[in-house]
Amino acid sequence: MLRFFLSRVLVLIPTFIGVSIVAFAFIRLLPGDPVALMAGERVMDPERHAQIMAQLGYDRPLIVQYLDYLFGLFTGDFGTSIVTKRGVAGEFFTLFPATLELSFCAIVIAVAIGVPAGVFAAVKRGSWFDQITMGAALVGYSMPIFWWGLLLIILFSGTLGWTPVSGRISLLYYFPQVTGFMLIDSLLSGQEGAFTSALSHLILPSVVLATIPLAVIARQTRSAMLEVLGEDYVRTARAKGLSRFRVVGVHALRNAMIPVITTIGLQVGVLMAGAILTETIFSWPGIGKWMVDSVFRRDYPVVQGGLLLIALVIMIVNLVVDVLYGVINPRVRAR
Amino acid sequence: MPLLSIRNLSVTFATASGPFKAVDGVDLAVEPGEVLGIVGESGSGKSVAMLGLMGLLPPSATVTADEIAFEGRDMRALGARQRRKIIGKDVAMIFQEPMSSLNPCFTVGHQIKESLKVHLGLDRSARKTRAVELLSQVGIPEPERRLSAFPHQLSGGMSQRVMIAMAMACNPKLLIADEPTTALDVTIQAQILDLLVDLQKSQGMAMILITHDMGVVAETAQRVVVQYAGQQVERQKVSTLFDHPHHPYTAALLSAIPERATGKRLPTIPGVVPGQGDRPNGCLFNPRCPRADDRCRTIVPPRQPASLGEALCHYPLEAVGEAA
Repeated sequence: MLRFFLSRVLVLIPTFIGVSIVAFAFIRLLPGDPVALMAGERVMDPERHAQIMAQLGYDRPLIVQYLDYLFGLFTGDFGTSIVTKRGVAGEFFTLFPATLELSFCAIVIAVAIGVPAGVFAAVKRGSWFDQITMGAALVGYSMPIFWWGLLLIILFSGTLGWTPVSGRISLLYYFPQVTGFMLIDSLLSGQEGAFTSALSHLILPSVVLATIPLAVIARQTRSAMLEVLGEDYVRTARAKGLSRFRVVGVHALRNAMIPVITTIGLQVGVLMAGAILTETIFSWPGIGKWMVDSVFRRDYPVVQGGLLLIALVIMIVNLVVDVLYGVINPRVRAR
Repeated sequence: MPLLSIRNLSVTFATASGPFKAVDGVDLAVEPGEVLGIVGESGSGKSVAMLGLMGLLPPSATVTADEIAFEGRDMRALGARQRRKIIGKDVAMIFQEPMSSLNPCFTVGHQIKESLKVHLGLDRSARKTRAVELLSQVGIPEPERRLSAFPHQLSGGMSQRVMIAMAMACNPKLLIADEPTTALDVTIQAQILDLLVDLQKSQGMAMILITHDMGVVAETAQRVVVQYAGQQVERQKVSTLFDHPHHPYTAALLSAIPERATGKRLPTIPGVVPGQGDRPNGCLFNPRCPRADDRCRTIVPPRQPASLGEALCHYPLEAVGEAA
């Protein structure tokens, strides 16, 4: 198990370097540069422009810039934002809890609804439940997430007035950041109504973010379950006189979860991409919104560092999934 | 009173091209402690009939019967919950493919103990003791250590032994063995068969042995049912069947046993068991029967008396099988 774990960790290193190259190159492929964008509408004297670029070190050859950046990474320096002059890693970890809270709620919603829905659809194959669920999953999967978010805002925030439009909590409440997770911090603050407020802010973006993973997980669970239900060992379980719940919920589900766990891991990556849109729609102060803003400002260090840190998070999640995969599937563990 | 009594059991599958009757009017009576062999080619509905009895068929199958009684209790009238108290406890079943019949995600111990917990309500330590006992009973070395083994760590023969241990967990009164040795290699086949016979004798349980191997029947069973295309074409005692088969199909099966073959070439039965699309009129065996005439091709054959092996045939064989 330890060897399995270490081999997975070693694979992370080349992946990390690969991502750093991509992150470094992509933002530079975009037309425009940070200095020109900072100047805005005003026309900047080319000499002054070159001077600032040199100050920031962007006049050096790309390979030198990259190696300098890579060297910084290995000493734990993710760079400094051109705009805010603050460390990228510091900004990331200030904003990351907001994204993590949103993503976590989204994945909980997706798994808590998607897995049972998929199981029921498989067990009741061809029934109206199956047809409606899978139809809805297809619609959910195909839905442009920004449009879906706007629709929900119009209905729940606009017409019904049940939920706030944006932000993480009402301005009425102020309390110190302890964990960075608004749901927990609001409870810790002990202020009446704070938790409800945080929850009502969280619910809509979570649902929007959960939509695509939910659809994918439901479909994957259904197909995995259908395959497993036809297996000989499920027949054995029934021949043992076990209850329907034990046969489906224990013997079949445990096997069906193997591909589903992989899917859930992959969805975490999708979730990060989805978070960028969702956070922008709901003005959620997380890393998604931060990244979008930085791309518009051509804030090279933030985009590079942010991408890398997001990639790191996804890599860690995948590592956890790999380990979990070994736990649930004894055939992998043995090797 | 027989342990298991089945009358007129039929299984119909709903298929895309209409209903298909895989089992047609099967009757069975199994006495306590007896071994009944069911033989027939692939596709003759042997397994399907037993799976139907156990309630293990997919929803596309419809099982009908005039009677399915276990120890005098009508199983058809029982609810799912009541049925499960019999299935897996008093009636156990083992299958053809031992390697895929064990759940790959759970240890051997877990899978054996599960039955003990569900049916007998044994506590943790009693379950462990019993599981070790069962594994050693089926001839698995180092049973204590094997409890924590996963199915992929076992060979086919070992897996079948585990399946047998699982089936024996609650001391069943009837064991249905569905071609238990077909997927195993020849040296292991004999071991597993010996084990089954030993257990059957020592536990005094009844056994229904489904096989297409006449040799296996000769060694183990007291009575034989020969099944063809979903119908029972002959029912006989083993002691007389081998010398006096009454249905031409039985005779053909017997002459296809290598050890009994006399000529240079092993006799075979031409053709295959009819499926959904090519069911003949009259006797289902007529296209492959050397003795078939116009009557066989048009009129459904009658059931002959017990003296003629209850053969489903117009022209049952009287003496030593010379057909095929």
